[in-house]
Parts: sequence; structure tokens; C-alpha cells
Amino acid sequence: MLNNIAAIMGGGAAAVGDYESIQTYNLTTATASVTFSSIPATYSHLQIRALGRTDRAVSMSGLGMRFNGDTATNYSDHNVTGDGATATAGADVSASYIFLARYPGASATASMFGVGVIDILDYANTNKYKTTRNLSGTDLNGSGQVHLQSGNWRSTSAITSIQLYPDISGNLVQYSSFALYGIK
Amino acid sequence: MATTYEPIATTTLGSAAASYTFSSIPSTYTDLVLVTTAGNSNGSNTDIRMQFNGTTTGYSDTILRGNGTAATSIRETSQTSVMAGWTDTTLISNTIVSIQNYSNATTYKTTLSRTNNVPTSYVGAVVGLWQNTAAITSLTVLSSLGNFIIGSTFTLYGIKAA
Repeated sequence: MLNNIAAIMGGGAAAVGDYESIQTYNLTTATASVTFSSIPATYSHLQIRALGRTDRAVSMSGLGMRFNGDTATNYSDHNVTGDGATATAGADVSASYIFLARYPGASATASMFGVGVIDILDYANTNKYKTTRNLSGTDLNGSGQVHLQSGNWRSTSAITSIQLYPDISGNLVQYSSFALYGIK
Repeated sequence: MATTYEPIATTTLGSAAASYTFSSIPSTYTDLVLVTTAGNSNGSNTDIRMQFNGTTTGYSDTILRGNGTAATSIRETSQTSVMAGWTDTTLISNTIVSIQNYSNATTYKTTLSRTNNVPTSYVGAVVGLWQNTAAITSLTVLSSLGNFIIGSTFTLYGIKAA
């Protein structure tokens, strides 16, 4: 039996302002990277909701993340990944970016995009290093990966900018979308 | 300021049912989030799955799961529905599914799930694909075997980007 959508009245809805949209990129052309800048310090946590594809001539290509323009080897990450056949664990130590996911590249069937939800906890706290949590994946109907990952930026600076970019080469393509939200 | 993350609809089953459908989903949001707490009449590790717009073709998924002893990964292709997670015979399993850019008429639709199912079943993550560029206007949640039990809840949220 079909059930129509009904608005929820009263309790259950978040108070206005608890989860706010800060900035969104909806790419209309190939773009080397996207940067959320001038991020206000007024939230507790940040969340990025991503939909992406690159033009690198491979079936899947990596996406990296950096904070405040820091390109030094101040990042690390751990992951558990499923590729449809095997579950594996991996890590990057003293890296120049946090590896987030593998998104479809130019060799993948058109219209296929990867997705991710990236949480950055206590991003404005100047007493601790910054920890990220990421769930992402790409399914190409016969290949692909799903990826649980945690990252770390060894800096006590408040995060004021976030850059997302293809980690090896190429561009993010048209229709890729990256939305930044603040959580109070 | 308008609410960015808001509930669209919710239901708690008053009788056992093989599926539940959210229909007439407005296109005014950016992403959808489905949250379920459900049980089934079939047994442990019964799939909870989804179909969009009543379509029964074009689904595939990649699954990562652990059962308390080992972590494994499997793949499904050319399915009649896409995997979301697993349920057990009591109301102890929950699944959260994100569907980004669900109303985009250019891209295929990719789903992302975290699913928790104790004590004898899987914890896992799933990425799913619906090879269709149509905007999602209805979402059906299915039990792969048996019925969802009384008390199972399904809530659909909309997230609106700036």
C-alpha cells in the first residue's frame, strides 16, 4: 500500500540552526579543486556531503582533503575497505593529505558518481588535533569500493578552510557536488 | 532561517508488512536520509533493501560487513533492488541510508548505508547504485524474505543545501 508523505509536526524536528548549510559547490565545468574558505568558528562540528567524479583516465581515482592550505606531511588516515571480494585495512602515515575515497574516473560508465559523508569533529578547538570520520563509496555495477575511514590532522589550529581535490591528477567533473554543513 | 535537515515522513508498523513506500517525495531537498529500526519474521541477517520509483531493474551494490569473527566483502550486480542493510527477528537492527542529489536528472543515483545488527548478525557499510537518471519520487523499503515485524519504524529526512 502506498503511503503519502505527511509533514511531521512537533517533536522530532531539529531546532532551526542546529544543522546549517554553510556553502555548496555544484560544479558546472571541470574544476581542479574546491575550497571551502572563511569557515566560521561558531559551530561544534562540520559535515561535508559529497557527490563526485574525476576526468582522470582510470575507472576510479582518489579524492584528497587538506586543511588551511597545509601541504606538509601532517596528515594520517586508517581505513577498512570492501571491494566486493575482499575486506582490507590500510593506513597512510605522515602524509600530505587525508585520503578520502575512490570516485569514478573517465573510464567508468557515464553518469556514475561516487558519494561520501565526511564528519570533522571539534574543528574549531585549538586544544586538540583534528579528527575526521568518513563513509564513502563507489559502485560501478561490477566493480567499486565501500570505504570506512578515519583521518587526523596534527594541528591545533582551528579549521578555517577545507580543500578537496583529485589526489593524483585530473579534475572534478561537471555535476560533482560538495556541500558543507555546520552542526551546533 | 529555514530548517536544513528536516523529517519528511515517518511510520511505525502496526501490522507486519513486506514493504513500506514513501511516495510523492518532493524535489525541494538536496539529499535524502532514510533511518530504519526494524525486525523481520524470517531470521537473522535478512536483507533490508530499497527500490526507487517502483523500478525493479538497474540495481547493484558493494558490501563490507563483519560478523564478530571476520570481515568480508561481497558484490551484487543486476539486481531488482539495492541493498541497505540487515535485520534480525527483533527490533534491534538500525540502518541509516544517505541518497545524495536524489532529484538530479543527470546522474545515476548512489546510496550509502551504515547498518548495525546485533547480537548474531552483521555490522556493515554498503554503497549502492541505481542506474537511472530519473529523480527519485518514491522509495520502497523491502524485507528480502518474510515481513517487517510490528513496531518497525521507517523515517525519511530531507537535507537542503544552500
